[in-house]
Amino acid sequence: MMEVMTANYAAAYAVKLARVGVIAAYPITPQSSISEKLAEMYVKGELYGKYFLVESEHSAMSMLIGASYAGARTFTATSSHGLALMHEMLFWAVGARRPIVMAVVARALAPPWNIWGDHMDVMSERDTGWMQFFCENNQETLDTILMAYKISEDRSVMLPSMVIEDGFILSHTYEAVDIPDQDDVDDFLPPFDPEWKIDFDDPRRFGGLTMPDWWSEFRYRIALDQEVAKKKIVEVDKEFERRFGRSYGGLVEFYNCDDAEVALVLAGSAVGTAKEVSDKMRERGKKVGVVKLKTFRPFPAEELKKLNDMVPVVGVFDRSYTFGYGGALYSEVRNGIYVPGGGALVKNYVGGMGGKDFTPKNMEFIFEDLLRIKKEGKVDRMVEWINIKDGTGRW
Amino acid sequence: MVEVPKTYKDLPSTPITFFTTEDNKTGTWRTIRPVIDKEKCTRCYICWKFCPDLSIEVEEEGDYPNVDYDHCKGCGICANECPSGAIAMEKEMGK
Repeated sequence: MMEVMTANYAAAYAVKLARVGVIAAYPITPQSSISEKLAEMYVKGELYGKYFLVESEHSAMSMLIGASYAGARTFTATSSHGLALMHEMLFWAVGARRPIVMAVVARALAPPWNIWGDHMDVMSERDTGWMQFFCENNQETLDTILMAYKISEDRSVMLPSMVIEDGFILSHTYEAVDIPDQDDVDDFLPPFDPEWKIDFDDPRRFGGLTMPDWWSEFRYRIALDQEVAKKKIVEVDKEFERRFGRSYGGLVEFYNCDDAEVALVLAGSAVGTAKEVSDKMRERGKKVGVVKLKTFRPFPAEELKKLNDMVPVVGVFDRSYTFGYGGALYSEVRNGIYVPGGGALVKNYVGGMGGKDFTPKNMEFIFEDLLRIKKEGKVDRMVEWINIKDGTGRW
Repeated sequence: MVEVPKTYKDLPSTPITFFTTEDNKTGTWRTIRPVIDKEKCTRCYICWKFCPDLSIEVEEEGDYPNVDYDHCKGCGICANECPSGAIAMEKEMGK
């Protein structure tokens, strides 16, 4: 059934279709309309599970960890400062191996106060152990949440997932979205059935003190299972395509890359802009490719290594910044594709932060800059911030 | 009962604590140990009351208190609180 809706509503429909057992809701802009839509569904009796109001995001995540321990499929949504407030419990969810799925409507962190789209909040949680899936559009948001449950709850993975949609750019923009049939989703996504859960007839202790001689073994298992997740993500993407006719490339999607001279790696809603600009530039004979990073954690380093053979120059577009060095995507991509004594040149572009317009014209500038680097054979500077007012009126 | 694993591969998919606090021998953390002088001890059991780790054992009323060195971390609270000065904190030797 096709309907016109925002990515936030698409996320809410995905939660309904996934038959989530426990939803913890604490509103924060621009996530609020996910919680509102779910509240509306709950009041109308359309939801399978229970909807709980909590007093903070820290409580929301704590509650879901408990509910998940008890065997419930769980969901919450957050943004920006809300995600930051969850920080402590995000580690706990991973350590406890709880397959919670959370929509993160990516937004800037204050000050100065800013409610718009940006990836600083998401990138700050890179090292928690959560899987991180970026979405390009509203349909992808719905589909990714369904896939995320299947990946997270797989007994060989058992790790939580963040499904990331860009604040306002997707969360409040209407697009046609196909809502799958409940029966098809039920078929695709069986009920949550954990190997271990709280059971009064078979009591045991979860997450108690573990001494140094065993603790790192638990961490090692998380590290290994992130690798297992990579295979599972590709597998689930293929199954999703078989059943619903839509695929997102698994870990990474190469677009217009086969004969490309340069390529730009990026994640989130800007991928759509990059694809369109790439198509238009190809009409003018400029062979530019786009690499869509679907998953940031686990990071598809092996898949990206192909870029070395495909193109001599790689650009990385970041919607966030790690102060004192460069964008997070940039450092990961450059490390990931690095081969000793050669490989592609890599340059970092930073832009579209805090809701700043990132237009096709800006995207074209990046591609032209990459083509120039290819011609000159060297990267002039590591990082370039796009669209910064510098008095030249260049933008 | 979860079997105690031998390698990381045997760990359960969810961290279940397979060692009880009794199995975790935290006494290895100690640098000084409490030693009770039975001559001075009045068996008031204040040390038992104050021990934050349940490491002072009293088997039966009227018995002298006994230190469980497998779990005593050597914090010295017992020695500090003992009204008759019967507990001395001695350096751990031979480690």
